[in-house]
Amino acid sequence: MRWAISDTPWVNRLLRGRWLQWGITVLTLAVFVVVILTGLLGTPAGNHNFGIIYVWLVWWALLKLVLVPLLGRFWCSVCPIPAPGDWLQRRSILIARPGGKLYTCATRLFRKAARGRPRPWPRFLRNIWAQNFGFLAVALFSALILTSPLVTALTLILFIVVSLAVSLLFERKSFCRYLCPIGGFVGVYGQVAPLAVRVKDPAVCATHTQKSCYVGSDAGYGCPYFNLPARLETNTLCSMCGECLRTCNRDNVAFYIQMPGTDLLNTRGRRLDEAFNGLMMLAAAFVYSVVLIGPDGWLKATARAVGAPSWFAYAAVLLLFSAVLTPGLFWLCVRFGQLLGGDGEPAPGKTAGRGSKHATLFAGYAIALVPLGLAIWIAFTLSFTLTNVSYAWPALSDPFGWGWDLFGTANMAWTPYLTGMISYLQIPVLLVGLATAVALTLRTARQHGQRPAAALPVSAFCTLAVVALLTLYMA
Amino acid sequence: MTRITQYASRTTQWLAGGVTLALVFVALLAPLPALNAAPQERQLTINASRFAFEPGTVRVNRGDTVVINLESSDVVHGLYIDGYEIRTQAEPGQPGRLSFVADRDGAFHFRCAIPCGNLHPFMIGKLVVGPNLTWLRAVAASLLVAAGALVAFWRA
Repeated sequence: MRWAISDTPWVNRLLRGRWLQWGITVLTLAVFVVVILTGLLGTPAGNHNFGIIYVWLVWWALLKLVLVPLLGRFWCSVCPIPAPGDWLQRRSILIARPGGKLYTCATRLFRKAARGRPRPWPRFLRNIWAQNFGFLAVALFSALILTSPLVTALTLILFIVVSLAVSLLFERKSFCRYLCPIGGFVGVYGQVAPLAVRVKDPAVCATHTQKSCYVGSDAGYGCPYFNLPARLETNTLCSMCGECLRTCNRDNVAFYIQMPGTDLLNTRGRRLDEAFNGLMMLAAAFVYSVVLIGPDGWLKATARAVGAPSWFAYAAVLLLFSAVLTPGLFWLCVRFGQLLGGDGEPAPGKTAGRGSKHATLFAGYAIALVPLGLAIWIAFTLSFTLTNVSYAWPALSDPFGWGWDLFGTANMAWTPYLTGMISYLQIPVLLVGLATAVALTLRTARQHGQRPAAALPVSAFCTLAVVALLTLYMA
Repeated sequence: MTRITQYASRTTQWLAGGVTLALVFVALLAPLPALNAAPQERQLTINASRFAFEPGTVRVNRGDTVVINLESSDVVHGLYIDGYEIRTQAEPGQPGRLSFVADRDGAFHFRCAIPCGNLHPFMIGKLVVGPNLTWLRAVAASLLVAAGALVAFWRA
């Protein structure tokens, strides 16, 4: 059951036009520039610095509480980080180049004479493993990044430089698709969102040899994320930029409103890199909850003392917990599930070996971690957003902490909002996440030909995660 | 699957979902008999230094009159208790004092209310007012939800 909102004429005009997306991108880019300037030149006190407050409090809360659950990966289409590289590639800021032509150094430097195509993105990196490890790398320094305006600015500068370099060498948004640590989890959690871009009738695409949605046309560019819309089944790799809506000359692409979580219903053919992303994000939420929200001051100091011997111990524990223990425990649950409910059947047309069968089930069951992980991240985000968001008003008037009062809000006092309500907001979110996760474990068992009992260990894993988080916050 | 088994399965789902929802509401909201220990006055001294409170976790019983003496050993620190929405502040040599009746059970973060450095937003402690029924109710609701989802979707 889905409703094509882009079939409404005024919505269609809005989505086909470039002004909306361009306007939001310019706005976010302007904020991004202020964030970098305030990081480099402003006060080092994080709670008085525009950069820290508007990136790690306002933007993060918007991303986790609103954008990802409702709009999926839409943020990626208005993110300021790839914008300069994108405009350089297109040699245009707003209007589409004829034929959707892109320009990169790679187009000249690495052109393969025989095939006449630019150098492709390395095959071994065509997954989100780099994004996973990138996120872990950022997580190692997060206590410093989150609290130091200068480090925040330098991190964002690093992101934009890498993004620019990648866009000069490789076509389309290779940085966003394959490298951005934020894009990885935004894509995975974006599967919960009710907004989706899909083709109306796959049969139309099958007979359309031109594939203007992929190669581009005078109306727009080929999919920046290397997607063929006809093959899109989830939001994971779609930023909803609308290029395919513009370039499809058969009017066969639409923006749909669907039931939230529809993308999660197919648990077959799932990928290990995305499964690992779900596990790593789950582990990271626990680490942040213990380190940042917990009462142990020495732990916070250790996490921030980058380079000190104690920090290396902290980094080792974080990596061990995120990359080994949590995935290991999950793997044990899946294996135990196989003992309880059988090995299941290989995918149609495949004769899977044992190792491949384990991997298939592991990736399939990890789908349950998408609603669960998102719920846990929402609970984590709620724990500090309502208490700290009032720092946003003074930072707006005095972004550098230099004593300005641009909008008359510089002297507004810190006022925690609804602090008595936080638990009552967290509990229902976690319960909905848990119910969805358990339902998905049973669906996974069924779709992989296992008996329902196979879902019990992973369901227990999900329940344990929620009880553990409740204990961290409420006991 | 025949139409009858499909219908039965769907009915089981709705039934299990409805019963689970009802039980979750009961677990979260049902009034429980008070099991409080006799109220007493609790004198607590909390030391604040960048960026931690010592002790980090404080436990009292519902109905206790809590008197917190906040001492600071480095710079000016504040103490704000979530949920109770009360605050005090202290600087070295000048302790702050806070007195209130712990009339809501559960766990409440207390946090520094005066900017004191980079980790200030994460300078957090925890006040646990027992019996901590909020946590127990939430855990019970989680177990019910998991069990209910298993029943509802076992044969779906």
